Amino acid sequence: MLKTWFHRWGSPPWFYRMSGKLLPWFGVATLLLLLIGSVWGLAIAPEDARQGNSYRIIYIHVPSAFLALAGYYLMAIAGCIGLVWRMKLAFWALRAAAPLGAAMTFIALITGAFWGKPTWGTWWEWDARITSMLILFFLYLGVMALANAYQNTDNGNRAASVLALVGTVNIPIIYMSVKWWNTLHQGATLKLTSASTIDPSMLQPLWVMIVGFYCLYAVLLLLNLRCEILSNERNSRWLTDLFSTSTSGDKQ
Amino acid sequence: MSTLTATLQREWQLAWRNLSDAINPLVFFLMVIALVPLGVSAESSRLAALAPGMLWVAALLASLLSADMLFRRDYDDGMLEQYLLLPMHLYGMVWIKVLIHWLFTGLPLALLSPLLGGMLSLPVAAMPITMLALALGTLCLSLLGAIGASLTVSLRRGGLLVAVIVLPLYIPVLIFGASATAQTAAGTTAWGQLAILAAFDLMALVLTPLVVITGLRIAVEG
Repeated sequence: MLKTWFHRWGSPPWFYRMSGKLLPWFGVATLLLLLIGSVWGLAIAPEDARQGNSYRIIYIHVPSAFLALAGYYLMAIAGCIGLVWRMKLAFWALRAAAPLGAAMTFIALITGAFWGKPTWGTWWEWDARITSMLILFFLYLGVMALANAYQNTDNGNRAASVLALVGTVNIPIIYMSVKWWNTLHQGATLKLTSASTIDPSMLQPLWVMIVGFYCLYAVLLLLNLRCEILSNERNSRWLTDLFSTSTSGDKQ
Repeated sequence: MSTLTATLQREWQLAWRNLSDAINPLVFFLMVIALVPLGVSAESSRLAALAPGMLWVAALLASLLSADMLFRRDYDDGMLEQYLLLPMHLYGMVWIKVLIHWLFTGLPLALLSPLLGGMLSLPVAAMPITMLALALGTLCLSLLGAIGASLTVSLRRGGLLVAVIVLPLYIPVLIFGASATAQTAAGTTAWGQLAILAAFDLMALVLTPLVVITGLRIAVEG
């Protein structure tokens, strides 16, 4: 049962068709959630007692940081599935997820800098969390560079998957060493208000935004993955059939 | 003669016959360190503050430069395929190659470091620990470099790519190594950092050959 399910979702034609059906739903959910979340977070949620209105960037900063890390693990798991079962679709998912994750990491870093200026008085601080985000960004760039360096795409896919898996082992080590390095240098200075200490009136829109970002990520991942399918399967029969029926329909 | 001793003998001989591969990273190390006073300041107090970090960053780059050559010659002349066909587990081959690479690049780097530390006005008391930390740290760097080398060996222009892949993985070694040097320079002991570097070595010795073997298989099968 599970095996047939796995095989079916691993087949590019099936995935292309089903993702086409799923996309509008995710798209509508994304639009609604992001609209509700941003209006709620930016206009309705109360002003912070100490940070004023500047704290409101949390509604972009935190969701993108969530996805930066979750995206890396999604990418690595896709690579692992590809390596073990030699599934083409999983490799394409890795290729689709890499630039997306890098973009999310970049957004988290840049919004963090914008937030840091009014609250900490500096654009950049070598804080443990910021530094490990930056290193995560480098890891993404490495995976992308390696995947694109190979002329033989299959080799590139496999090499990038191996590197993504090495990264998953390394992320905790890097995080712990950076944290240790930072605490050695300057002690605990910057305490970000963690999600649990935030007031419920501010937390609720944050959750809406986080779920909205997850939906946005799903939409973008599916779109990227469909592009990968189209470019990799451009010579295959099912794709020519699919497009010839749709265009001949237009002509008549 | 077993396959392992034959491999060891072959790699040892090759390393001696290509000594320039070992000397170039050392010269590079020396040159980078010589650039620091020229670029920053020749004042010994400022140099001493920079010394631990600069020594380690330069060591990282030197080790990175030599990593690219780990498997390239074997890939070019077809020896890598022969290794993959041998009836032995490749763990041994990877260990031998990396250990010999370390003996010819990492260890000389560590031995040279007192001289370079002196050029950067690093306190003499910090030298022995720095040497030990560099010896331990470069082994881990060689192992991590082998990952980058194996994943890029079949590419014609792998050099810069190895840097992009491997440098983020080097960061923990840099942090603990530089802090070992800085702490002994400040007059305290740094056995904790050395222990962590040794732990990194052990972990890398066990785990990296798995990745390297997969990387080499991809390179040869493709």
